[in-house]
Parts: sequence; C-alpha cells; structure tokens
Amino acid sequence: MKNISFTIDGRECTSVKGENLIEAARQNGIFIPTLCHFKHLNPIGSCRVCTVKVNGRTLAGCTIDVEEGMDIEVNTPELLDARKAILEMMFVEGNHFCPSCEKSGDCKMQKLGYEMGMRFTRFPHLFVDRIVDARPERIVVNQNRCIKCKRCIEEVITTDGYKVFNFTNKGNETKVSIDYEQEAKLSDAQAEQAMHICPTGSILVKGKSFSKPFGDRQFDLGPKGKMIRLNEVKKYKTTNKKKRIATTSLAGCFGCHMSLLDIDLGILDLIELVEFNKSPITDIKKFTQRCDIGLIEGGCCNTDNIEVLREFRKNCDVLVSVGECAIWGGVPAIRNTVPLEECLKETYLNSITSEENETIIPNHEDIPKILNKVYPNREIVAIDYHIPGCPPNANHIWNVVKSILFEEEYSIAYPEFKYD
Amino acid sequence: MKRSRLLPHLWEIQNNYGYIPDHSITEISQKLNVSKIEIESVVSFYHFFHLKPTGKYIIYLNNSIISEYKGFREVKAAFEKETGCTFGVYDKNPLFTLFETSCIGLSDFEPAALINFHPFTDLTPEKVKTIINQLKSGVYPEEIANNPVSKIQYTPEYSKTVFFRNYTIGNSLKVLKNNSADEILEKISLSKLDGHGGAFFPTATKWEYCKNSNSEQKIVICNADEGEPGTFKDKSLLRNLPGLVIEGMIIAAYVTGAEKGYIYLRAEYKYLLKKLEDTLKEFEEKGFLGENIFGINNFNFSIRVVLGAGAYVCGAETALIESLEGKRGEPRVRKYFPTEYGYLGYSTIVNNVETFAKAARIIELGTDFFTNLGTEKSKGTKILSISGDVAKPGIYEVEWGITVQEILDLCQATSPYFIQISGPSGECINNKEFERKICKEDLLCGGSIMVFNKSRGVFKILRNFIQFFKTESCGACTPCRAGNQILYEKIRKFERGLCSQVDIDEVKNWGNIIKLTSRCGLGQFSTNTFIMALDKFQDYFSLKTVEVNKNLNVEFDMESATYDYDEVIKNTQH
Repeated sequence: MKNISFTIDGRECTSVKGENLIEAARQNGIFIPTLCHFKHLNPIGSCRVCTVKVNGRTLAGCTIDVEEGMDIEVNTPELLDARKAILEMMFVEGNHFCPSCEKSGDCKMQKLGYEMGMRFTRFPHLFVDRIVDARPERIVVNQNRCIKCKRCIEEVITTDGYKVFNFTNKGNETKVSIDYEQEAKLSDAQAEQAMHICPTGSILVKGKSFSKPFGDRQFDLGPKGKMIRLNEVKKYKTTNKKKRIATTSLAGCFGCHMSLLDIDLGILDLIELVEFNKSPITDIKKFTQRCDIGLIEGGCCNTDNIEVLREFRKNCDVLVSVGECAIWGGVPAIRNTVPLEECLKETYLNSITSEENETIIPNHEDIPKILNKVYPNREIVAIDYHIPGCPPNANHIWNVVKSILFEEEYSIAYPEFKYD
Repeated sequence: MKRSRLLPHLWEIQNNYGYIPDHSITEISQKLNVSKIEIESVVSFYHFFHLKPTGKYIIYLNNSIISEYKGFREVKAAFEKETGCTFGVYDKNPLFTLFETSCIGLSDFEPAALINFHPFTDLTPEKVKTIINQLKSGVYPEEIANNPVSKIQYTPEYSKTVFFRNYTIGNSLKVLKNNSADEILEKISLSKLDGHGGAFFPTATKWEYCKNSNSEQKIVICNADEGEPGTFKDKSLLRNLPGLVIEGMIIAAYVTGAEKGYIYLRAEYKYLLKKLEDTLKEFEEKGFLGENIFGINNFNFSIRVVLGAGAYVCGAETALIESLEGKRGEPRVRKYFPTEYGYLGYSTIVNNVETFAKAARIIELGTDFFTNLGTEKSKGTKILSISGDVAKPGIYEVEWGITVQEILDLCQATSPYFIQISGPSGECINNKEFERKICKEDLLCGGSIMVFNKSRGVFKILRNFIQFFKTESCGACTPCRAGNQILYEKIRKFERGLCSQVDIDEVKNWGNIIKLTSRCGLGQFSTNTFIMALDKFQDYFSLKTVEVNKNLNVEFDMESATYDYDEVIKNTQH
C-alpha cells in the first residue's frame, strides 16, 4: 500500500493506490454524487450519475481505481450539467410522485435532486404505465419508482445464497423483477435492509412505510446552515413603483396559494410593495393591467387551463410555475399513465356509485374539454422560473419574487427546497 | 451443467417446447444452484426465447428501415390477416406466433422474414398468402424457404481481390509451420489489419496483449453476430468461405496460444449453422483442428459454434462474452480489456468474421499483397453490404479509399439523397459528401451502406433507428435506456410537425449527453445519426419545423390533445 497523488479539477489529491475514485475523492473533501455505487460492491456503473473525466476520457467515477498522476475532472460545467441531465432522465423515465411516495424524505435520488438544485426536468416526462407488485410476502415492488440501479440485485441475497431480485427483459422494457420463492425466505431484517438500500421508493416493506413524520426524515434538514442560491432567476427591471402580480390555479389544489399566504409577517411587506391584479386573492377575473409577475399553480388538464395560461403569458412579463403540478403535472398527472377513456369511464360510468345507464360523462359546449393528458405549463408556453414543492415553501416563493423584482441575490435554506 | 452451457441448453428447450416452460426454469435453476429469477432474467433478455407458449411456426418479420421502405407495413398486415394472429402477442394460436425483429441480415431481399429460422425473402402480401396457406396444409417451412445467396456484385480485378478469390483449404495454415508466433504477428502488424467489425482496433495489438498475458488459458472468439442493421457482409463470408474464417481463428490461436475457440453465431443465421459445423468437421478430419495441428507440436485448438438468441448488443465484445458465459448480454464496465479479463476471466480475443478471414489471407498471400492495396492507413479491401434504393443491392468487395460516388455508381443508386454509412450507429452523409473516401483517413465503414433516395423521409429513417436502439439497448445504464426513449418521443414530435429550432437545439444537447455518459458503444453511438442529420439535412428540417412566437415558444396541438375526449363522448352518447 503506497500513497499516490493525482489531481481533481487541478487540485492535488492523495490516496492509497487502487482506491475507488468515489472514496478517494471523499477523502480529499470532494463530493461525487452516486446512486448505484455501494462501497463494498463491484462497480456496477449503471446509473452514470457519477460521470467524471479521467485523462480526458468520460467514465463512471465508481468504476475507477485511482492511480498515480491521474488527471480527473469532476466539477466542470459540462460534467455538472451532464450529471444533472442523467438525474433528470431518471425522474422522467419513471413516475416519481414525491408528494405521495412513502420514501419521500428518505430517498437518495430525491436528495440528489436537492443537491443538484433540480427545479424541473429539461426532458418531458414519459408517463409509462408500470406495475406495483404486492404479491411478495413482505415486500412491495413499485416499478414506477425503480431507476434500475441494480443495488438490490447485487445486494439482497438470502441466507442460503440466492438472489432475490434480477433484471428481466431488455431495452426500454427492462425492469427489476422479484423471485417470490426467495423473497419468502428473507428475514424481517433482510427485507428492511432491501428497502434501505433501494435509493428510491421502489422497494417497500409492508407495514413499514410512513414511519417518520415530516421534519424527522433522513434528508429533511440537510447540512446545517446550508443555503441554496436562487440562481438563474430572470431579473426584471420595472419602472412601476408598485409591482403588480397575478396568480392563478389551473389543475392544482390551491395548496400553493395557501402556502403563499404562509409567509407570515412577510405579507405585510408584500402589500406595501406589490398589488395583486388577476388572482383568486383579489377575485379579479380579467387582467385589467399588464403585470410584472404571473404565478401559476397547477398544470393543464383541460382546454380552459390552456386558455388561461396563454392569457397569463400575454399579460405577464415574468411567468413562474409554482409547485410540482405546474412544473410537470404533479398529482393530477398520475392519470397520464392511463388512457383517458379508461379514466373517464371509471370515474363517471363504472364506479360503484354510478347506476347503469343513469350517468354520463359530463360534456357541454360551455364546459372545457378534458385533455388526453395533463400537460406541464412549459409544454404550452415559455416559463421563466420554476419553484418546486408540494406545496413550495412560502419563503421559497417569496424569495423568488423578491429576486425577480428587486434584483437582489437571495438564498433559501436547505429545508425550504423540497419536492413534497 | 455449467453456467456457460446455459444458452445452448435454453435453445434445446425452446426448440422442444416452443417456449421455456416454468418447470424447465425451475429445473435449470436447481441444477445451477441459482434462484429462478436469475434464469428468467437471462431468458427474457433474448428476443428468441419465449416465456409463453408459441405456435408451431414462429414468424419473425424484419422491421429495419430497408424493410419498412420495401413494403413492411403491407406484409405485416398480410401476415396478420392470413394467420389471424397479432404481432407481438402470444395469442395461443396453435399454428402461428408473430413477432417483429431487428435486422436479420437480408437487407438485399427485403421485406424478409424468418419462419422457424428459415429465410423467406422479397415478401409481398400475395406471397405471404401462399406461404401461410402452404404451412397450414402441412408443408414444412424448410421445403418452401428461399435460399438467399449472397449476391457478390463486385470484386476488384483478381490481383487486387482479397476475399472472394480462389480458396484452397489450409493454404494459409501451411505458412504457420515455418514461422514462429512472433513472425506471424509481425505480418499481421505490417499489413495494418484493424478490426473489421466496426471499431477498427489494431488486430496485432489485441493479439499481442493476449499472447503476452499469463492467463492460464486463452480463448479465441469469432464474433459472427453482425446485428448492425443493413449489414450482411459477414454472412457472405460464412456462407461462401467459412474455411477462411476458421483458418483466421486457427492463426490467432497459433499466435496467442489459445486452445479453445468459439464462433458466436447470431441465431438469425441459424440456417448457416450446418455448413459451418460441416466445415469444422472437415478441418478436424484434415488435422487442421484438434491436437498437434499441422504436425506442430503442442498446437492444440478446437472450435465450437454457439448460437446467440437475438440481442443486437451481444455484438459488443464484452456483451458477447457475458452471453457466452450464460448471462444477460450486458456489456461489462470498461475496466479491463477482454485480453486481460475475458471469457470466464481468461485472456480472450474477440474478432469479427471479416477480420479473421482477412488475417488468413494476409498469411496466405503475404504482407506485400496488402501494403500495396488501399490507402496509407487502411490496407487491402473491405466487404460492403449495400442495400436500399439501388438497382444492385448485395455484397461489394472494394479497395479501401474508394469514393462514395464510385460506390453509388457501382450499385446503380437512383437519385441518392441520404446515405447511411455503417448502420444506425454510424453516420449519415448528404449529397455534398459523395467525394468522401471510405478509409481510416476519411470515412470509416463497418460494412453497411444504406442508400435512400429523395423520396424517403428523413424523420422516418431516424425514427426507425431510434426505435431500434430503444428496444436493443441492454437496459443497464440510464442515458442509453432512458435517453433513447426520450429521443424517440422527440422524433415523434418532429413527425407531427410540432417542433421548432428549440427542439433542434435540444436534440443536439441531449444527444451529446447520451453520447458522453453511456456505458458502452451502443449508447455512445446511438445518437450520432440524429445529431448529424440536423446539420446535414438542414433544408429538410427547416421545411418541417415551425417558427414560433417568442413567448409562446411552444407549438401545441390542441386538436390532438382533445381528440381522445371527443371520441369518448361520441362513443358514450346514447
């Protein structure tokens, strides 16, 4: 064992020869994000979220053993963006509804989203219908949340040495399947370990979810005192003395509006500084003046939502999507994996409370048409900024508004940046 | 049973039952001492293994772009009509089960299908009707199958022909007796032989790594899994000159000291298996395979043919090795070369069919023959498989350095517009680039050239390619698996006329991310063509994209978004 030296982003680092790069970087105070990597495992290199460059060549960091003189790049703009893109791909490939997920707050993938400051995904969500398998004895496998990292395949082994999970199929149909026979042999502790090593909420143990309240979960607080800079906010200079804001709720639950009212004493500043135009708060139905900021809650699930959204785009200088539904569809988009026909029939014709031939699917020229799926706002009009959360933290909303209007750099505390 | 015998064993079961029944999976898992899911995971990886019962005749219809342009849709409809079955569905029909499949190496005879792995070519709806009726009346597929010869459309003058010249069994092997392994290696090195599978890694370097390895055993593998759509050049060698390929392997074994060789033959070429095995037998009888080959002491080498089972990615060398070991064909993490850690951990060389054949010719004809042929960096000739909008599709042996225009003239292309070099993972060129030369200095070609004329839509070509990668990705890494699904949605959006410059920029950006971060070559090259096409066919794209208002920077198709609702209402009104 000898000490070797290498560089990360030009910085001299030392480690033991042959040490895994992720560990070696950590020893030198440099963080490389990982999801599939597990200390004692053979490198899997499947998630690619640890992509780095070694002597100019792009590789998964977890597959590298450090050697003397290696020139490693970790935090270049290109790599930071590529890693973020990979994480975004995971979010759009599966159906990750953080607000309704048992593992939310204890989810490593979600935490990585926070670390990388992921507010929205550049890719459109795929909304592929995936199964939730509750047949096993103790475990529930929720395919919607699986990122195919292979941790469970490599790690969850019965006492007599059999694998419990494995990939089946290939290509875009690849999924992690469970062996019922072997799963039944797992002890309670082993099953819980499986849930624990899953970096998302894909593996759950029956009766063991939602065990901790909000605030007490593993990643709720984050590093103490860590602040998140609100960068990339579109600055807007206005000559108006009193800034004007418009708000609306499309396919949302008004929870984001409730959160807006949660800014406590800030609300006193707010009424000094801004006035509300079209908004449920003022009950002004039509724009009477051009506005500086439009805050949109909810996505578009019907033709009216689209009209309202376009109206906002025309009348507001800066348009902000507030909350998960506005950003990518959120909870209403759970229906996106199911054909509209099935949704409507189940709701209006075949539900237990509807009598045969007595009910119809509501339709009239005066009521808006339901769209084939729930669309995120950015697929309809240009959106200038996204505030994640379900609902977003009041302080988060308020600081974004201030950043836009007053050209000052604001930060928010780590717990104020959330997807649930 | 050894794990490495899993694929042949599964083939046996598949052939016996028409699928892999649950009880067989249980049996195998017990024999191998693994969980059932591990066997299922292997079975479900390969396209030609089925977990549900199939009919007596399994029909695989090629869905490559060439097929698509030659009438795939009509032929597919005809199969469904005549059999009453649906593609991709296990519908319990006792006679037929239908599947689409990726390129089956018959691009010069499209649309083509395999029925119980017998080739049926140049299909039309009428032909399909006849075939299905014959099968229904009890005729065996082998009786009515076509025998598609590899049409060798062009070879250079005889003094410049490398592959398709007279062949006498054992000619190259005679040279071994009077030359040491180092001397043979030197010849390979001097003739600058590169891997002809598409990666063009220097063959001599690979062989030398293996030769110098202190691995207790060494393995020589012939990669006969040419899955790149539009490629059928290896088939022409396996069909016409199987002996030459085997000789190349024997030479490699002589150089490296390997005692075991495998030919990994794609199942799509199962109809070549018999000929290959017969040739191997002939070699054994002549003493060219077995022990003390050619009377050279301790030169022992044997070859076994292993059938793949339908997975494009197994053409990647480490995926092929995994597959040979009886696992899912997922490419390994790029940590070791196969020459360091290959099949079962032994030092292994994997070379393409054409590479072995060429190596044999180098030894037979001498280095000078080669150094005088081709360009500075690419020596000798190259076999091309040409298909698409040309009057003479087929096999072309050409000298390295030939221009695209010369090739197009040879194959009599009609108003060529979009040329795909090296298959979907290669690159596309437009009509301003026809003076480019096929060689290492300019435009490398793994063997596939697909020609599309002006009437062919670029989006359709790209959509077919992305769909191919989407289904053929091994699924192990995020950028390749998810990225190609994302790009597939994007090309669909282009097709619907909803894209603008923003989308063009996004494809470039996203494509580069997939390229940068994918785990193996499949993902890294999967987006090449799409990105290139954006620039090379700019006119096409600007014609098919829309200008959008700055703030409503998105084009939205309200009509199609409300179509479903309107339909439901229409159908539920009483």
